[in-house]
Amino acid sequence: MSDGASVVKGVDTTRVLAVWCPDWPVLAAVIDEGCPPQSPVAVVAAGKVAACSAQARVEGVRRGLRQREAQARCPELIVLHHDPDRDARAFEPVLAAVEQLAPPAAALRPGLCAIAARGPARYFGGERQAAELLVDHVADSSGVECQIGVADGIFAASHAARAGVIVPAGRSAEFLAPLDVAALDRPELVDVLRRLGIRALGAFAALPHVDVFARFGADAALAHRLARGLDPRPLAARAVPPDLTVVTDLEPPAERVDTAAFAARAQAEELHRKLARHGLACTRLVIEAHTENGEELTREWRHDGALSAADIADRVRWQLDGWLSGSTRADRPTAGVARLRLTPEGLVAQGGLQLGLWGDAGRGADRAHRALSRVQGLLGPDAVVTGVASGGRGPAEQVRWVPWGDERRPRRPPEQPWPGKLPAPAPALVCPEPLPAMVYGPDARSVGVNGRHLLTAPLCRVAIDGEPAVEVTSWAGPWPVDERWWAPAEAQRRARFQVCLADGRALLLALVSGRWQVEAVYD
Amino acid sequence: MSVTALVGRGLVSRASERDGRGGADRVLPVREELLPLLPWQGLRRGATVAVAAEGAPGSSSLLLALIAEAARDGSWCAVAGVAGLGVSAAAELGIDLGRLALVPRPGAEWMTVTAALLDGLEIVAVRPPGPIPPKLAQRLAARAKQRGSVLISYGSWAGADVTLRVTDQTWHGLGSGRGRLRSRELAVTSHGRGSATRHRGVQMWLPAREAVAAERLPHDAAGSPASITARAVTTARAVTTARVVMAPETVERAS
Repeated sequence: MSDGASVVKGVDTTRVLAVWCPDWPVLAAVIDEGCPPQSPVAVVAAGKVAACSAQARVEGVRRGLRQREAQARCPELIVLHHDPDRDARAFEPVLAAVEQLAPPAAALRPGLCAIAARGPARYFGGERQAAELLVDHVADSSGVECQIGVADGIFAASHAARAGVIVPAGRSAEFLAPLDVAALDRPELVDVLRRLGIRALGAFAALPHVDVFARFGADAALAHRLARGLDPRPLAARAVPPDLTVVTDLEPPAERVDTAAFAARAQAEELHRKLARHGLACTRLVIEAHTENGEELTREWRHDGALSAADIADRVRWQLDGWLSGSTRADRPTAGVARLRLTPEGLVAQGGLQLGLWGDAGRGADRAHRALSRVQGLLGPDAVVTGVASGGRGPAEQVRWVPWGDERRPRRPPEQPWPGKLPAPAPALVCPEPLPAMVYGPDARSVGVNGRHLLTAPLCRVAIDGEPAVEVTSWAGPWPVDERWWAPAEAQRRARFQVCLADGRALLLALVSGRWQVEAVYD
Repeated sequence: MSVTALVGRGLVSRASERDGRGGADRVLPVREELLPLLPWQGLRRGATVAVAAEGAPGSSSLLLALIAEAARDGSWCAVAGVAGLGVSAAAELGIDLGRLALVPRPGAEWMTVTAALLDGLEIVAVRPPGPIPPKLAQRLAARAKQRGSVLISYGSWAGADVTLRVTDQTWHGLGSGRGRLRSRELAVTSHGRGSATRHRGVQMWLPAREAVAAERLPHDAAGSPASITARAVTTARAVTTARVVMAPETVERAS
C-alpha cells in the first residue's frame, strides 16, 4: 500500500494531544447539580447506569446496571438523570481552559477533546511538559481532573488519554495492538471479528488491508486504518481533471452504428486507460455526438458500479444504436456522426466501490443489468425505473420512482408512523394523472363534503372521465387528509373514499377542493 | 399398445408438456392457488402467457400474483407499458422492488424494448398498445423461447400458450359508508393450446384470507377456512378428453 509506506516515513501523520475527563457525565452532573464531591454518584439513562463516580464503583456500581440494582448495592447513591445538553454545557469551561494554552481544540464529544500536539510541544519544550502544564491549568481554572494522551492520530490519542500515556511517534500501532476490538466502536464489525477469533486490535491490524476491504467493505477498511494507527481518510469524490475527456473525430462521418461503434470501442479503452493512470474509475459517463450538420446529441449514463472498459464501450454502442437506428425518433440526426466525445463524471478512486459478496447482486443480475441498460439506451435513462417504498399517506406518495442504476433511496422514511395512511391492501393501479370523476347522490345531485368532513349525501353513482355513470354497491369514507399545511407549496387537503361499483371495479376516490378524482384502482 | 396408453403410463409424454415434470429449473414457481390454471406446475421458461386485461377488473392483481412467487424466489422481472402499476401492491405480494424494473412508456418501440428485456430478464410482462400482427407476436414468443424467459402479455396475445382471464371480482369488507376493502375473491379461468386446451377455473382470495382473518370485522365473518385453498373447477367445456390425460380410466376407455 502506497499510503502505508508514506506513513512509516512520518509524512502524513499528525501528533495529536487528547484531553479526556474520566466519567464525564458524572462530573458534569456534579458540577451542575452541586453534589458533594466525595459522594457516590450515578448518572442514569433509560433506567440503566450510564456512568458512575469512582466512589460508586468502589461500592459495586457498574455501567449498564439497572437503577434499582445499583441503589440496592449502594443505598446512599445519588442518582442523576443523563442530560447530553448538560454534558456539553459543562464541558465548555474545560475547552476554554485548554484553549488558553493551546491552539483551538476540537471537541470529539463531551468529555473528550483533541488538539494538534506539535505547537504546544515545541512551545513548552516537549510533549510531556505540555501535558503536565495542561492538566494543572485545567484543574486550576475549571476544577476538573483530566488525563492527557499523545499519539499519532485522533483515535490512538483518545485511547492514549484513557491510559494517560504519551505514545512515541510511529508507535501508535504497537500501543493499540493489545486493546480490545470493541475500541473500534463498530458493533457489527466487532461482533464478526470476535466470532472469527480476532479479539485484539493488533490481530485485526495484522490482516492484509486489501483483504479487509474486499471482505468487509469500505467502513471496515477505515476501521482497519484506525487499528493500524493511521488516520482515517474516507474516499471522496473529486473534481475531474480537465484532460480526461476523450474526443475522436470520425473521417468520414459514421452513418452506421457499427462503424461508429468500432471507433467508440478504441475510444472507450483509451478513456479507461486514462482513468486508470490517475487511479480513478467513473460512475457516470456523458456521451456527446456531433453530426456533420452541427447537431449535438448528449446523454448521461449512470451506473452503480464503476464502469469498466467493456462497460463504457457497450454504453457508447447502445447509445449510438439508439441515436442512429431509432427509426421513429423525432430527434434522429440528419447526418452521420463526425465527432464523439466521452466525459467521465462522478469519479471515485479505483477499487473504492465494492459490490456485495452475495446479497443484492444475486442470480442473473448481470444479464438483467445489461438488458435494462440497453433499454435505457433506446428510450433514455429515465424510461426504466424501479419503485422504492417511501413514507406517505396516499398511494402516489408511498412510492418513489428511481431511474435504473441510481441509488434506491426513499423520499421520506417509510418506517416512521404515517397516521391516516391508506390501509392495506394497496391498489394495484395508481393513476399517474388522477382521472376526473363525477359522484352523484340519490337525487342525481353532485355529492360534496362540508367543512366538518360530513357528506352532503350518500354516494350512489360514479361517472369516471366522461363515461356513463355506474351504480355504487358499497363505499366507505370520507377519510380526510390535511397534509403539510405549513408548507403552502406542498400542502394538500383531500378526503378519500373507497368505492365498489356494480361492474366489479373498486376505486380510490378523492375529493380535492370540490373536484372528484380517481386516485387509484383496486384492479 | 397405442401412444395414448404409453402416455397414460408415464412412459412417454407430450412435447408440449416436456418440461412440466422433470427439470425443476426449467419452471419458475407460482402461487399455489394458480397452479391448476397452468399446465406446467409453474411458469415454464420460454412460455407465453396472456392475462386478459380488457373489461376484467382484477387483472392487474392477477398479473402481479402470477409473477410474485418467482420474483420472491430471486427472478428478475420487468413490466413494460403499464403506467401506474401499484408497486406497493407488488411489495405486499412479496415482490422485491429492487428486482422489478418498470418501463412505463415504451412508446412506439415497444417491440424492440420487449425483445431487449427478454434478453436479460426471466419474466417480462408487456402491455401491447393494440392488436398485434400474429407474425410479430410469434417473433417475440420465439425470442422468449430461445432466451428461456417467460413472456407475459397483459392483454390478448395471438398464439399464447395459456390465456388467463378474471371472470369475476368480489371485494369484501366495504359496507355503505363504513368498513374498508379487505380481501377480494377472484374467479380466474384459463384456456390455451397443447396440454392447456381444457378450460379450467379457480377461485382465489387476494390478499389471502388468513392474513385478513386476524382483523376481521363482525359482518365479514362469512369466509370459512376451507375457502382459503384454491379449488380447481373443471368447467363444462372439457371437449378434448382424449388429448388430455387426466385419470387412468379415461385412458383405458380411449384405447
